[in-house]
Amino acid sequence: MQRVGVFVCWCGSNIAATVDVERVADVLGREPGVVFATHYQYMCSQAGQELIQNAIHEYDLTGVVICSCSPRMHEVTFRKTCERAGLNPYMVEIANIREQCSWIHKDRESATEKAVILGRAAIAKVHLNAPLTSGSSPVKKRALVIGGGIAGIQTALDIAEAGFEVDIVEKKPTIGGKMTQIDKTFPTLDCAACILTPKMVDAAQNEKIHIYAYSEVTSVKGFVGNFRVTIRRKARYVDETKCTGCGLCTEKCPQKKIPNEFNLGLDNRRAIYIPFAQAVPKVATIDPAACTMLKTGKCGVCSKVCTAGAIDYRQKDTYVEAEYGAIVAATGFNPIKLDKFDEFAYSQSPDVVTSLELERLMNAAGPTGGTLLRPSDGTHPKTIVFVQCVGSRCDDAKGKPYCSKICCMYTAKHAMLCREKYPDTDVYVFYIDVRTPGKNFDEFYRRAVEEYGVHYIKGMVGKVVPENGKLKVQASDLLGGRQLHIDADLVVLAAAIEPDESARPLATMLTASMDTNDFFTEAHAKLRPVESPTAGVFLSGACQGPKDIPETVAQASAAAAKVIGLLSKDSLVCNPCTAKPNELMCNGCSSCEKVCPYGAITYLDKEFRGPNRTVLLRRVAQVNPAVCQGCGACTVACPSGAMDLQGFSNQQILAEVDAICR
Amino acid sequence: MQERLKQKAVELLENGGADRILGWKTGEFFYDLTPAVFTSSAEIEREFVFSAFSGANLSKYLIAESRKGGKVAAFLKPCDSYSFQQLLKEHRILRENVYIVGVQCAGMCDMEKLRARDCDGVTAVRENGEKLVAETLYGERIVDRKDVLLERCTVCKSKKIVAFDELIGEQGEEQDLGRFAEVERLEAMTPEERYAFWRGELSRCIRCNACRNVCPACSCETCIFDNANSGFRNKAAADAFEENLFHIIRAFHVAGRCTDCGECSRVCPQHIPLHLLNRKFIKDINTFYGPYQAGAELDSPSPLTDYTTADCEPSAVLTRGGNS
Amino acid sequence: MPVTETFQPTIVAFCCNWCSYAGADLSGTNRLQYPANVKIIRIPCSCRLNPLFILRAFQRGADGVILCGCHPGDCHYTTGNYYARRRMTLLFSMLDYLGIERERTRVEWVSAAEGAKFAATMQEFTAAVTKLGPNRRLEDLRCRKD
Repeated sequence: MQRVGVFVCWCGSNIAATVDVERVADVLGREPGVVFATHYQYMCSQAGQELIQNAIHEYDLTGVVICSCSPRMHEVTFRKTCERAGLNPYMVEIANIREQCSWIHKDRESATEKAVILGRAAIAKVHLNAPLTSGSSPVKKRALVIGGGIAGIQTALDIAEAGFEVDIVEKKPTIGGKMTQIDKTFPTLDCAACILTPKMVDAAQNEKIHIYAYSEVTSVKGFVGNFRVTIRRKARYVDETKCTGCGLCTEKCPQKKIPNEFNLGLDNRRAIYIPFAQAVPKVATIDPAACTMLKTGKCGVCSKVCTAGAIDYRQKDTYVEAEYGAIVAATGFNPIKLDKFDEFAYSQSPDVVTSLELERLMNAAGPTGGTLLRPSDGTHPKTIVFVQCVGSRCDDAKGKPYCSKICCMYTAKHAMLCREKYPDTDVYVFYIDVRTPGKNFDEFYRRAVEEYGVHYIKGMVGKVVPENGKLKVQASDLLGGRQLHIDADLVVLAAAIEPDESARPLATMLTASMDTNDFFTEAHAKLRPVESPTAGVFLSGACQGPKDIPETVAQASAAAAKVIGLLSKDSLVCNPCTAKPNELMCNGCSSCEKVCPYGAITYLDKEFRGPNRTVLLRRVAQVNPAVCQGCGACTVACPSGAMDLQGFSNQQILAEVDAICR
Repeated sequence: MQERLKQKAVELLENGGADRILGWKTGEFFYDLTPAVFTSSAEIEREFVFSAFSGANLSKYLIAESRKGGKVAAFLKPCDSYSFQQLLKEHRILRENVYIVGVQCAGMCDMEKLRARDCDGVTAVRENGEKLVAETLYGERIVDRKDVLLERCTVCKSKKIVAFDELIGEQGEEQDLGRFAEVERLEAMTPEERYAFWRGELSRCIRCNACRNVCPACSCETCIFDNANSGFRNKAAADAFEENLFHIIRAFHVAGRCTDCGECSRVCPQHIPLHLLNRKFIKDINTFYGPYQAGAELDSPSPLTDYTTADCEPSAVLTRGGNS
Repeated sequence: MPVTETFQPTIVAFCCNWCSYAGADLSGTNRLQYPANVKIIRIPCSCRLNPLFILRAFQRGADGVILCGCHPGDCHYTTGNYYARRRMTLLFSMLDYLGIERERTRVEWVSAAEGAKFAATMQEFTAAVTKLGPNRRLEDLRCRKD
């Protein structure tokens, strides 16, 4: 039996005006186990807190019930008060007799009666409280950034700036991400490479940043502060320490006809290649599916011409195991595949391109050296039609239900650049809405219309039919109320963007939640946008939702700030109100594991003593108290009641129910 | 059929395919078959029975048997195989220690129904195709098997054996014989009628716990009704616990895991139609969350540890049809 | 069942700590009235509500039980209320099947900003339960107060 002290607060007149606090203290003082009961005007004040502390000492209290305002106001305060008096802070319960009693009732009689009942429920609960201690777990002061695009790079730079070690894992042979394929960026129209490459070089040269390019994360174990990650470093068949990036091998390789992913298949590369001139690391990579030597054992030209002796055909994948305190997901996005959008003739005509392909066509380092030419015949397009929302805001399963956010701006950018470079070109943009909310964005779009004479037409493009070298575009003009037929030379589709395909398997590895569109979900949509609900996992960039470069960089720095906050701690205090399985009763049925949002539950085969001196091996659940957030879903999924929640145990809640209904 | 099973059992013991065989043997009466473990060919010859009364679901015993070392072989009818696969899903049975012989089933029979067909003093029953030949003290009686099937077999949901290492008999298919008809009949009553019906049924419960003990889904190491921390520890029949709490709690705990094997109703000495509680949950799950059969697939998510963001609200219960 | 003027139902409300308890506090801060029959029990998440607790409340004499939680999709623990939603749907359906009045149980999603909704819900619910009269069908005679 506990020795419980009851403290009823007047809260000035907030409670006392409606609830007869003296009577409440009096009645509760006669409850079983209550050895002291009193009332005071302001329990949370210095004097009130001292009153509690003195009572704890004088009456040897083992449990404290405070009838006052909402626990959301002062539970922490009173827990600290009791802790300072030497009582375990979790032996404190609050009965809410203000927000949920005195403030909502007018009748003194019924309000007082209710306050007594609420007090009784709290007393019943505290009788079953057990002292809980917050555990602590150490924090490894190293961060992992998965994805080496602008988001990953910015996050890594900020974390390194704060003095912590950080590793970047990027699956492509070079970091840089989508921005390396972009020509100019809105709203300032400065060149993407010019603003990105200095950051790439900074990241490469920073002592605290280590880049694993051409690598993938294959497994993640552990929890916040102590993640154990396995990284697979794919074989380039080129020794990174020796290769100087001179590019001679890429000129001499006899395999010339491999579609170049960097230029989205618009031109070819060799079997040994460097993705682009500013690649970081500037190291060649051999594509094992295309290399004659690796496939048949004959050739070896690159090895012969390499002056550094860097080619190594026998190189194998290697695995690195490392420990991190925090992980940042920055896996980015890709435009969707347009194979289901035949109405736009994407697969039928090479002159129907996606916006990203247009970027490559207009880029000086692209397949046409920066001159905008039709892929089919290399002539200059005189009429260009841009189609918005291809696959975005789409009810169909073939597209995405959401708005991809960046397309209105980049189409305006493309339209302006076309008109600026080639004033003789007619440019049409078919849109449903134009969404340009950012800073200087609306002005940017208006310039396209007013200064550059881009024809913005509200309406959908119904069909694009290639005919005699032209593209017959049939569209509607909703504001003009008519059908339009345009003979275009080039049609550009603003394809929807979707998260990279590595995101979902990664989310599974991290036990991070994703929404139905495979974007990572945030811990709270408004107040915690860069953290995953899974402790220790942070989100940076488009993997969390479509966004443009300014937002990506802002979010990347925000994620870095959160990581720095985590890594600057030496150890983490865990919430002690966690789930606890009773191994003797556990079936090992895995129901609890399936409902845990945080992956806090694992299983172990444990030995138990059986009858007749036998030993039984049984599969039982284990809860990691550092990861468990105390929601209690597992306790309800458990059929035998073996899983319970400390601080809100089955018995405690039932005791509250009994006290209320009695 | 019995001979084929016996031969298979002996074969498995002798060629080392299994160290123990889980099957049935005669209990107090010839129609009262009981699950049993056989460890020698002689025992099998003497005592192994497979007849029209082999209703017992052997899958639950594999929980303990698969952990006793060596290999145990078991004969599972289609409905039993669903329970087996569900237990595998819940990691209760060590699959590598078990050898399953799937046995096709023509439906198990109910002695009470046989007696009701003017068969008194029955001393033995033989199966003859679709007929049962009962030898009684007063001569032979022949009845159609389908007229004396156990309730659950009259609405058999599947002849498919979902997990096995080998089969005796043909593999079957799922079928729909309207097993929710009685549930629907109850749903169409007024709440007062339903209340009266269930009070009538559940108040006869004597807390023998047979339903719990035979149910494969009720296989917790420590049952909640034996768990002091749960607040629901209760053994003997006590005022209103059975009507209000025991059966509804048990049905809720097995919801989504119950494979509708029908054992609970078969073993109840008071003939309480417990399957009507479990089938109600199954029907609700099918209606609200999509058709689901526990144990049909090894990796399908269980409805109560799963969700979709578009699930219906609980108020759907308030506004859907039925009398009020 | 005849309802006397003096019948005051006992209503137990389970509120999740993050949204609905805060919503209840908000109705208090805004001084919005609802009947004193409603007593709130705080749980960390709506998924903590074991159907057994509802049955226990009825056994001990509660006349109505309501669960309040975050709106689906907004659960502080991301998925808790989805599981609660499924369990409560099945439980209420089973209670209905056993002949228990449908209006004695309810689930309402209340966010931390919806103080008014909380108060209105409690008023409605208390009125509905008062109309039904005392809970006789699920009570345990040993727990009867009179």
